Amino acid sequence: MSQILVQLASLFVVLSMLAFGGGAGIIPDMQRAVVDQYHWLTAREFLDMFAISRAAPGPGSLIVVLIGQKAAGAAGAAVSFVAMFAPSCIVIYLVSRVWHRAGKSAWRDVVERAFAPIAVGLTFASGFALLLQGSEHSVAAYAVTAVATGAFALTEINPLFLLGGGAAVLLLVGG
Amino acid sequence: MRNRETAGGSSTSPTLTQVFWGFVTIGLMGFGGGLTASVRREVVSRRGWLDDRQFLSGYALSQLVPGATNVNLAVFIGSQLRGLSGALVAFAGLTAPPLVIMLSIGALYFHMQGNVGSAWFSLALTGMGAVAVGLNLGTGIRLARRNIRRLVPFAIMTVVALSIGVFGLPLLYVLAVMMPLSLLLAWLSRQR
Repeated sequence: MSQILVQLASLFVVLSMLAFGGGAGIIPDMQRAVVDQYHWLTAREFLDMFAISRAAPGPGSLIVVLIGQKAAGAAGAAVSFVAMFAPSCIVIYLVSRVWHRAGKSAWRDVVERAFAPIAVGLTFASGFALLLQGSEHSVAAYAVTAVATGAFALTEINPLFLLGGGAAVLLLVGG
Repeated sequence: MRNRETAGGSSTSPTLTQVFWGFVTIGLMGFGGGLTASVRREVVSRRGWLDDRQFLSGYALSQLVPGATNVNLAVFIGSQLRGLSGALVAFAGLTAPPLVIMLSIGALYFHMQGNVGSAWFSLALTGMGAVAVGLNLGTGIRLARRNIRRLVPFAIMTVVALSIGVFGLPLLYVLAVMMPLSLLLAWLSRQR
């Protein structure tokens, strides 16, 4: 048991440090490790865990607690959670203190102006990437995405209505 | 609406309780790819804790630091607002309720694996996933309209969006080129 906990901890510490630009990029490596290498989950179970983590509210990277739970129960979930988030949170916290101390300095102003277009570009990039993952996007789903994009960009509508509406449309159309 | 959205800045520093509940809301409203939309909506539009520029800097730094982007962003924003305790409550608020929900769904899943309702379940998930992509793109449009006014930033935004999102180039390589370039251009234009 304690051996599994060590394996979970080292796997998720390493993966979190490789997750540049967010958690989505490490999913294939995670799948290889937990399915093929350690056999904690079957391939089917992993895909279902992934779907649940995308659909449940909150950060998708919480998929690690589902894997930890399956591999080693509550202790596994706890170890996976800490391993996934503690190292990166410490790094971003240190960055944020440097940033805070820079206050209204000239270099921070330059960096802010330089980062703004990159960050907006990254927002679009993550949307495009999800859109082009393709297989799960039917005509109805594309229409739902288009309507949601327009409604969210132009109105003050509560996103929960959009999410409920999107689920309802797909259930009515049947895909 | 415009007034409310530009009201931002750290004129009023929220209490730890407010930071906590703000991030609880963000976590529970943010599905799939829509989490960043949820962060901006709550922190910039509804509560005015940060303005767009501060938010965008935090977002870029959160992508640059390894780890889950939106978790990093919560820690960054919490730390800007209330230091270490702010970072801790923002992290707890963002992750705790979804953690409980996800463990419950996971337990349910292993309990009733292969049940009939799962086809409906996955259709509903697909619909919500499609909306989450729209929330992301809609946030991009809002941010672009309000923050990208000149040709050079527009070009940088477009290159980043297409190279990563459409052509699938690795984020690290794109940033390694575009960040120094954008910094250089911002530095050159600092006097204007």
